[in-house]
Amino acid sequence: MIFLRRQVPLLITLITGLVFAAQYYVPHPASEQMLTSVTKWLQIIGGFALVLGVSSLFHVHAIKIRRKEAGWGYSFVLYVSMLGTIAVGLWSNGKEAVDGAMTSFGWIYNFMMVPLQGTMFAILAFFIASAAYRSFRARSREAAVLLIAAVIVMMGRVPLGEYLIPLSGDLSQWILNVLNASVRRAILIGVSLGTVALSIKIIFGMERSYLGGGKE
Amino acid sequence: MPIETIIGAWVATGLTLFIFSFLYKDNPLFKLAENLYVGVSVGYTIVKTYDTVIVHLIWTPIVKNGEWALLIPVAIGMLMLTRYVPKAAWLSRYAFAFIVGVGSGLAIPRVISSYILKQIEDTVRPLLVMVPGEGLTFTWNLLNPASSLNTIIILIGVSSVLFYFFFSVEHTGPGKVVARTGILFLMIAFGAAFGYTVMARMSLLIGRLTDLIEFTDPSYGRPSLWLLGLTILTLVVMGRRGSSSTPEKE
Repeated sequence: MIFLRRQVPLLITLITGLVFAAQYYVPHPASEQMLTSVTKWLQIIGGFALVLGVSSLFHVHAIKIRRKEAGWGYSFVLYVSMLGTIAVGLWSNGKEAVDGAMTSFGWIYNFMMVPLQGTMFAILAFFIASAAYRSFRARSREAAVLLIAAVIVMMGRVPLGEYLIPLSGDLSQWILNVLNASVRRAILIGVSLGTVALSIKIIFGMERSYLGGGKE
Repeated sequence: MPIETIIGAWVATGLTLFIFSFLYKDNPLFKLAENLYVGVSVGYTIVKTYDTVIVHLIWTPIVKNGEWALLIPVAIGMLMLTRYVPKAAWLSRYAFAFIVGVGSGLAIPRVISSYILKQIEDTVRPLLVMVPGEGLTFTWNLLNPASSLNTIIILIGVSSVLFYFFFSVEHTGPGKVVARTGILFLMIAFGAAFGYTVMARMSLLIGRLTDLIEFTDPSYGRPSLWLLGLTILTLVVMGRRGSSSTPEKE
């Protein structure tokens, strides 16, 4: 039984890992077809993973409502809005518009989801500004450099900034395209090396945390 | 104007103002909008996933095109759901093993090629470029990211930042200078990322305020003005109720 529960999953990982690592070096139509198919397969399996996540959300809020815990009314609102959106979405066949005309699902998207999402992220502007005020005081050389770079980029992104400091536009572009790009590149190289190392560890069974704990 | 657009304007304005009310303080109107946002977003994702995965990737190809091989990923996906049956939960490992194995296998050659070799290739570029009529030239133009001067700056930036994160060598002597240079580059990048994020959020804020201004138009029934008044009134009433229900300190 341990073989089925522990060794077979590791064997599946080893074989699929080696096969799809080798696939990159085989420029044959059959190899390309295999890649296309497995990409579609992963999308399908990912859909089932969503069921796991959503059912967990359902469960947490259902318990809150059943026990009438503090704030259960908000959980009820969440439930109703979620089920309502699903019902309307299925009724509209998942389409926001048909022949250019907005469906009920499109109405929910345009007049509920977009304003809610936009405003939720927009209020972050205020919190970022207040956080910056508290933490951006140039207490050290590094903090001063960070502050100056941030101010230049902010000024360079708006017409008023370019009007007040004519050089800020070009300077902002230089910071983003050269200095920022070099740091992003270094971080990307570091992260990529880590990704390759982790992938090798997973394929050869040295890293097994993805299998979870529990009984053998 | 269509009635659904007018109702939509009222709903959008109300929800926008409810979320903005958080700038005053945490309150039930904000919590209502917040939970509504989560519910609608999850519902939207479920419908879109159903449409993409169940309808377009499973049902249509299998029933209409006879692609029976797609039953294999369906079976693997179903194995994931065995998590809900304690005795059979171990079967879900097969699904995770498949996903992780394929993901790791696909990642290794592609990450090496696109993110390591390509990035190094773009970092270590020739310093002299061939300009027609001028021959080999060293370009000083800072505004051109591909100029020779910028090539040197990028090379210094990438090397120093990589060295800063390389902890196998103690950062002393010349190494300390290189690591300090790396920190300066990192600080500039963090500052730039911060500035860029702030401006992106500002852009969203301007978008929301533009909508609110548009919805003050009489053709919509001035929802921005009415609902702004109603939101403020609700907050004041709730604030007073809250303060009157708080026991007075002796």
